[in-house]
Amino acid sequence: MFNLTLKQQQRIIILAFLAIPLGLLFTFSYYPASQLFYMSVTDWDGYAPVKNLVGLDNYQYMVEEPDILGPLLNTLYYFVGAVIQLVLSLWFAVLVNTKLAGRNFFKTLLFIPFVLNAVAASMVFQIFYQVDGAFDNFLAALGLDAWIMPWLMDSDVVNWSLVGASVWRYLGFNLILFFGVLQSIPQDQYEAAKIEGAGEWDQFRYITLPSIKLIIGLQVLLAFVGSLSVFEIPMIITKGANGTKTFVMATLETAFNFNDFGLASAMAVLLLLIVVLFMILQKVLFGDKA
Amino acid sequence: MSSQQVSSMTPTASLASQVRTGDEIKKARFIGKLKQPRWVFWTLFKYMTLILASVAVLVPPFAVLLASFKTSKEYYTTSKVALPENFLNFDNYIKVFADGNLGLAFTNTGTILIISLFFTVVFGTQVAYVLSRFNFKGKKLVLLAYVIAMVVPAVTTQVATFEVIKALNLINHKGSVIMLYIGADVVMIYIFLQFMKGIPLELDEAAKIEGASYFLIYWKIVLPLLKPATATVIILRTIFIYNDFYFPLLYLPEKSQVTVSTALYKFTSVFGTEWTTISAGIIIILIPSIVVFLLLQKQIYAGVTNGAVKG
Repeated sequence: MFNLTLKQQQRIIILAFLAIPLGLLFTFSYYPASQLFYMSVTDWDGYAPVKNLVGLDNYQYMVEEPDILGPLLNTLYYFVGAVIQLVLSLWFAVLVNTKLAGRNFFKTLLFIPFVLNAVAASMVFQIFYQVDGAFDNFLAALGLDAWIMPWLMDSDVVNWSLVGASVWRYLGFNLILFFGVLQSIPQDQYEAAKIEGAGEWDQFRYITLPSIKLIIGLQVLLAFVGSLSVFEIPMIITKGANGTKTFVMATLETAFNFNDFGLASAMAVLLLLIVVLFMILQKVLFGDKA
Repeated sequence: MSSQQVSSMTPTASLASQVRTGDEIKKARFIGKLKQPRWVFWTLFKYMTLILASVAVLVPPFAVLLASFKTSKEYYTTSKVALPENFLNFDNYIKVFADGNLGLAFTNTGTILIISLFFTVVFGTQVAYVLSRFNFKGKKLVLLAYVIAMVVPAVTTQVATFEVIKALNLINHKGSVIMLYIGADVVMIYIFLQFMKGIPLELDEAAKIEGASYFLIYWKIVLPLLKPATATVIILRTIFIYNDFYFPLLYLPEKSQVTVSTALYKFTSVFGTEWTTISAGIIIILIPSIVVFLLLQKQIYAGVTNGAVKG
């Protein structure tokens, strides 16, 4: 068409097809990421026309301020939850990968929470955990009155309650990743092992485990990044009350409620660096070449 | 396991099995296994854990479903896990639709969804086509740009992204979240790229000999063959966009711009502690996800696995 040579045509199509997507990528990924580093050494309040350089003040303040370190430490609750979630999801993935009756039903059921709307799923638990709410009534119906607790009111319990909601929501995601890899292990390996007299545990230990090493590494990384970026569940269920504020919540609050974009940027940079560090660590430990 | 093998191989059993049908063999094996306490214990244990997990998954949303059919008085005076007096009491649903801004929320989310999906597919397929079919200066750099962008979690950069959106005058404009859904979405490019590898180059070559332009090749050959990848991308993005809370919370705070997520989030300030009305709202928002999931289960599993492993 238009009597263009193929070479000219190629050049035009490369430009036409890449210009807008790359423009968007830079505007919404690279520019903000680089701005973060710059803003983190300023005192910008979100409005002022000038951004004053303040050196590493924001970083120093961050390390000394308990209101910031507290939310960062809350990550640990979710990380413990994520590890439990990984173990449980591996167990269930192995189960639904066997010839168990009803395996598809169980797989579907355990996965469904993952595709649900985040706000709706969180509000389900806001209602579920109420004092004299469904959870309490359910325990009472089972005769477990002694287990009833103020799930969202007691600051010793509330973070674990939120972790419970998080495990509920994300377990199916881990399960499906494990399941995908388990499906790709050739069945004849298991048959051969059975003939050799290997028990179920031995089969798991010597066939399954080596095959899922990489996916475990990836999932630990996802769990870690996920725990650091927890936001929706505490934001919706408790609004950060009773010591449930997470680091992302604290970062957004610092920026949008306290108008301290400099400090908020420093917090975001810290989060970014931790994530990158962990990614490198994962690549080294699990030797993922992808 | 080894002992089971032995028991089903005893001379009498194997002799008898020669004259039995497949079903009977299975039955006999099952009865044989029942005699082994260890197998029985493990099987029961496996089912116990699965049933416990199923109960844990079902009870919280089920309690909300029950609450959505109860009157306010009924909710506070009866057990939260007791069945409602009248399963046909839709008062809460009527009220929440009227006062909860849900009609507007579904319209807004629908608009955002359709525009975002359209551009995601257009840009995603175009980038994948160019990157997999042509060699040009800077191609490696473009690929690298997409790889590195995946490392940066979007949740951290919003403090600075906010400034960009503000400068573009897009606060309280659907364009803000649409651009973010399209522009910062890297995993989808990978799904398309991976799928491109499976489309034989010979098809391109043949069309070129016939005199087709590159655009025509993209439009008539590549795009139709990318259909399965497009389906995966559409499903994954629909789930993500329908469920996303973070972007609309930050960039669409105005009442006229509520999405499904932010409308629901505002319920506690609109309806206070009217938990029965709120429950009806939650159910309305959960139903589309569940229906879509049950219809497209297989594609969703494949898409989620693909997206996570590439991401």
